[in-house]
Amino acid sequence: MDIEFKTLTELQIGESGKVVRLMVQGPTRRRLFDLGLILGTEVKAVLKSPLGTPIAYEIRGSILALRPGDSSKIVVTTESP
Amino acid sequence: MIASKDESNLDANVEYYQERHEDLEKDHDYLIALAGNPNTGKSTVFNTLTGLHQHVGNWPGKTVTRAEGSFTYLEKRYKIIDIPGTYSLLATATDEEIARNFILFSRPDVVVVVVDSTTLVRNLHLVFQVLEISNNVVICLNLLDEAARKGISIDSEQLSQELGVPVVPAVANVGEGMDDLVKAIAGVASGTIFTNPRHFILKTEILNVIDDITPYVKKVVGNIPNIRWITRRLLEGDSKIRRSLESGELTSLVNINQNTSNIVKPKEDELRELFNRVEIAATPIRETLHDHIASSIYADAEIIASKTVLRKEVSKENLDTKIDRILTSRIIGFPIMFALLLSVFWITIAGANVPSQLLADILFWFGDQLTLLFKLFGAPQWLEGLLIHRTYRGIAWVVAVMLPPMAIFFPLFTILEDLGYLPRVAFNIDRFFQWAGAHGKQAITMCMGFGCNAVGVISCRSINSPRERLIASANRVRYRKDICLKQYACRRACTVR
Repeated sequence: MDIEFKTLTELQIGESGKVVRLMVQGPTRRRLFDLGLILGTEVKAVLKSPLGTPIAYEIRGSILALRPGDSSKIVVTTESP
Repeated sequence: MIASKDESNLDANVEYYQERHEDLEKDHDYLIALAGNPNTGKSTVFNTLTGLHQHVGNWPGKTVTRAEGSFTYLEKRYKIIDIPGTYSLLATATDEEIARNFILFSRPDVVVVVVDSTTLVRNLHLVFQVLEISNNVVICLNLLDEAARKGISIDSEQLSQELGVPVVPAVANVGEGMDDLVKAIAGVASGTIFTNPRHFILKTEILNVIDDITPYVKKVVGNIPNIRWITRRLLEGDSKIRRSLESGELTSLVNINQNTSNIVKPKEDELRELFNRVEIAATPIRETLHDHIASSIYADAEIIASKTVLRKEVSKENLDTKIDRILTSRIIGFPIMFALLLSVFWITIAGANVPSQLLADILFWFGDQLTLLFKLFGAPQWLEGLLIHRTYRGIAWVVAVMLPPMAIFFPLFTILEDLGYLPRVAFNIDRFFQWAGAHGKQAITMCMGFGCNAVGVISCRSINSPRERLIASANRVRYRKDICLKQYACRRACTVR
């Protein structure tokens, strides 16, 4: 089993990860909490915009689109057999 | 998110709420607060409950809309205030500050939280925070039709047991569940329905710290309800709670309920001791306190969801995902977008020609008949000029020119909206707007501006970031000045020369 650390931006479409670090503070961090993105949350990348950004992620049953400015600060672990 | 820098307004707000509380006493029996996440159908619930008995203004000193309405049930008058939609009550943004302050300081008899059934866990984040501040809560489980479409069903009885408060299933935009909601509100307000709200469980270390500090808070404010919540807010560094402690406002809240509104300032040395201890206790944990609270809330929310939410297997989901993949694909995403939007515009312009001409013919013919009538009665020239040439012709021209395009454009655009296509437009085109420092949603506001610019400007409120919102609405003003096709007609409509 291979455990990797990636930022959310690096997640491939269809790939899931578990949040281990949120490298943001203050209002942005609180906003992410409000939307359910906390440590330990499962995130799955589901859609990519035709121009590459933003990318849509599935979080706790709902879809959230994030720009790379935000998704590059969220670190997840992925497990690939 | 906007961090409220306007601390000086807090005292003014609190006084305002306390004064209003006395005012409000006179024209209603019960005060209801309507809270919830954005886009949960809160406004629909508000409108259904209040009908035309509503008044829209602003929260004092802020540019946030405040809607106030009333209804009567079994001879009791209920005044209901629509609080801004927020995801939490941490009071770090203006909307949250208003929401939290209203629930805390204006002491509504019931807080109704409108919840989106399709994203229950996320909505529970706010619900738990409301349950921390108020015991008299009713949950309105809205958008059940949307949830059913996604294969989600929720056991509202079980949810009610888990949360300890009444849960009313509803589909507000067809009026379903509204009667039950009123009954639940009435029950909680009068005390005939008993609530026992659930509180999320914090980690032991934090509970210990709260245990240590609470006695000192008690010394300052006395034994008020939800005192442990006050302790927690102090530990989190909530400056507004701290100030209301210092000024004695918080203590007087208890007194309001007992009908003696004396503001008793707390003893200086007790205050100082409390704040010192809070500082010492909070410093090592402050960084992570909010993280712990958020994860405790979500952990509890997930547990509740696992017991009450049933997701049917994902066959419908596959269709939605497939459609999304086509709509946002690199190859045909944009062509589809242009095709759809251009056809809406084309249908509007082409389709409006004939009706416009027809309307113009009919209305102006009628105008000529009116002129003849006036002449028949020998009416003076100035009267005919004022009533027919100015007023009637102006209105007729505007109706003929503006009504057909708007009557075609807006229904078509609304169909796109109801299909859920518009967020895909914003998603596809956002990159361009990022380069301009704006938001993809501006594409939609620009489109709506083609129908009616006033609507375009108002729709800018869906953009969260203040800077991006400003760019979007300023763009609409610019558009109106420079390129809007209807601006001449609009100006003429507004000024009967």
